[in-house]
Amino acid sequence: MIKQAIEKSWQVFRASLPITVGILMIISLLNAFLKDWYAKIFVGSPLIDPLIGALAGSVSFGIPITSYIVGGELLLQGVSLLAITAFIMAWATVGVAMLPLEAMYLGKRFAFLRNGINFIFSIIIAILTIYTLNILNGI
Amino acid sequence: MNFIVKNKSKKKLSGGMKFFLAVLVIYFIFALFDVEAVKMAMINFLQMIWKIIPILLIVFLAMILINLYFTKERTEKYFGNQSGIKGWIYAIVSGILISGPPYVLYPLLGELKKHGMKNSLLAVFLYNRNVKIPFVPVMVYYFGLTFTVIMSFYIIFFSILNGVLVGVLIRKK
Repeated sequence: MIKQAIEKSWQVFRASLPITVGILMIISLLNAFLKDWYAKIFVGSPLIDPLIGALAGSVSFGIPITSYIVGGELLLQGVSLLAITAFIMAWATVGVAMLPLEAMYLGKRFAFLRNGINFIFSIIIAILTIYTLNILNGI
Repeated sequence: MNFIVKNKSKKKLSGGMKFFLAVLVIYFIFALFDVEAVKMAMINFLQMIWKIIPILLIVFLAMILINLYFTKERTEKYFGNQSGIKGWIYAIVSGILISGPPYVLYPLLGELKKHGMKNSLLAVFLYNRNVKIPFVPVMVYYFGLTFTVIMSFYIIFFSILNGVLVGVLIRKK
């Protein structure tokens, strides 16, 4: 029983290693090129910035704290909280770089559907969060 | 003997290996334009891989445990079609409590899916990973307590919507 479980797990684990390593290499490459790019992409439009935020968050990867720090810096540079919220949400919920790995384990259809829905939700949640925040601040 | 050698040389590369080789080619192409950025990326990558080696070992052990404990019957009971509302609650709570990067969690979830975990609950679990209790103080520091509470509430609420949508759309295939 244990031997079977180890063998089964090892087969799955071994198959995932080249993809995991490849994805980590892509993420490192993206991070190296995107580092100074975030502050330059927002245009100051309340309509377009959340979309840009969600797109930027989707192609980025890292632990959520990194997105909070980047978001905090962007806030200081005058980017709207709405755009930053979309950015943070997409950072955590949409993983373009992770798509091959997610598709491999959970199925292509699942991975594309989930990430597509999450992208739309990141903008909706950003709008709802800021709207609710404004209402509460007005009370 | 010759036959065996011939067969071995014709052995096809797996999809994963092809992907890995494609990434190496991408690195080479980027290096032609900006060697310094690629060097930086390699250093980041090595630091990242060094950090995750122990995590990968834990993942491997966790996969063995899943294969031992989460039999088809048990997975069906907790996360399958018959799990009902309890299944949704388990998915939300475990999504919030279990931490780890996605590349670590996908193999585990893949095993659970094979054993019968519903697509909708997989989506709910993955969505609730974004409510990370240890990171809450950092978010509060940058964006305030009210913002953090509101956003966390919406994440949990939308995770259910996300699960329903993913489940329905996959069934429509």
